[in-house]
Amino acid sequence: MSDIIQQFWRAFLWSDGYHFSGVAITLWLLAISIAFGFVVSIPLSVARVSKNKLLAWPVWLYTYVFRGTPLYVQLLLFYTGMYSLDVVRNHEMLNVFFRDGMNCTLLSFGLNTCAYTTEIFAGAIKATPYGEIEAARAYGMSRFTLYRRVIIPSALRRALPAYSNEVILMLHATTVAFTATVPDILKVARDANSATYDSFDAFGLAALLYLCITFVLVALFRRAERKLLAHLRPMNG
Amino acid sequence: MYKLTVEDLHKSYGTHEVLKGVSLKARAGDVISIIGSSGSGKSTFLRCINFLEKPNAGIISLNGEAIRLEKAKNGELHAADHKQLQRMRTRLAMVFQHFNLWGHMTVLENVTEAPIHVLGVNKDEARHNAVRYLQKVGLDERTYNKYPSHLSGGQQQRVAIARALAVEPEVMLFDEPTSALDPELVGEVLKVMQDLAEEGRTMVVVTHEMSFARNVSTHTLFLHKGLVEEEGHPDQVFGNTQSERLRQFLSGSLK
Repeated sequence: MSDIIQQFWRAFLWSDGYHFSGVAITLWLLAISIAFGFVVSIPLSVARVSKNKLLAWPVWLYTYVFRGTPLYVQLLLFYTGMYSLDVVRNHEMLNVFFRDGMNCTLLSFGLNTCAYTTEIFAGAIKATPYGEIEAARAYGMSRFTLYRRVIIPSALRRALPAYSNEVILMLHATTVAFTATVPDILKVARDANSATYDSFDAFGLAALLYLCITFVLVALFRRAERKLLAHLRPMNG
Repeated sequence: MYKLTVEDLHKSYGTHEVLKGVSLKARAGDVISIIGSSGSGKSTFLRCINFLEKPNAGIISLNGEAIRLEKAKNGELHAADHKQLQRMRTRLAMVFQHFNLWGHMTVLENVTEAPIHVLGVNKDEARHNAVRYLQKVGLDERTYNKYPSHLSGGQQQRVAIARALAVEPEVMLFDEPTSALDPELVGEVLKVMQDLAEEGRTMVVVTHEMSFARNVSTHTLFLHKGLVEEEGHPDQVFGNTQSERLRQFLSGSLK
């Protein structure tokens, strides 16, 4: 174990000497895809529960496709699949974008987690107590204010436990990024493995790092739930 | 000059006509109680006044200004001008049977929400007023930062009344405000409502509390099967009942 740590600790944490790698890359993948997923899923989840079929149906199709296929396949499609298309190769901007493994990874991760997050938020929006919506209308709120002040804040709070689960699953899903040559924690572990043949230590170290990140995420979400879900806790609980 | 007039209101669910032409006129300071057995259409009538239910026919005016309406394909009336409807709604504050407080907001936030985010009152002023109204309904500062689910039903309904007062409405609508409360909590809410009545607030109250209708209101409407079966001053309605149906209803509910 100490050999691997001595030789690879820097690569495991943030740099392989030339580029960012390891924990830094894994956190970057997680942060960008989660941020994208969160921001985009809010309007999408509102559209998803809309009575207007023209709004709801495309979102349903999107979440169905992205939840219905493995993330690994989505990544392969974006990374190798897209680049085999002439339209992409012959278009200057698309060519530049899809040639970069990191771009393809972030795009597929972002779209994937956004699909799951949209369904989580849509479910929470549907569970809004109807009386609260009625009260908002009775007090003269416009549709926009109703969503901004009542439906979305209440739904996001209710969705927090399910959402924290999605974030942790997304962390674990980042391990497929090596497919697109992105040097995340697992990529470094594989390098360490082939350099030393010390497989247990190489992958054990990777597991330990994922465990630490999960620990921090769980602690953060617990704090957030304590604060944001106070209204759902029993009085002296 | 009437504060609120409702003329010839009709409402159907499918082929079932729930309201068959109900009218109501309220002057400033009137406390109108609407009584009737369940299914008589009294809650539907109240909910049509601020358009939580869409009537099929009728005219609703506040201070002489009628809500502009247009007929939809399904026969219901829709507000022609949403801005106007929203403005009128802020002047018709409603208190619900199940309180309908916003669960993720504290007591104070519930009361300041509509003033700040609908009426555009600045935050300090809204908080200042909210405290005044909360004190008026008998809630002290220990409750202000609690969430509704941490309060008793009676306290929640009093918060809801403070929320209604905070928009400084022309008319307050009460939809069976004590029906969801434990019997021992009914009194504290009725007391607050009686104080408001004595202050000269204009109120329309759908209620099962006959003592409130009899002793506090200035006018009582008895609805039966979607029509006003009997109405008048409570002394007359309760003391000198004309209609057989009302007599039956009262003998049933006073037992």
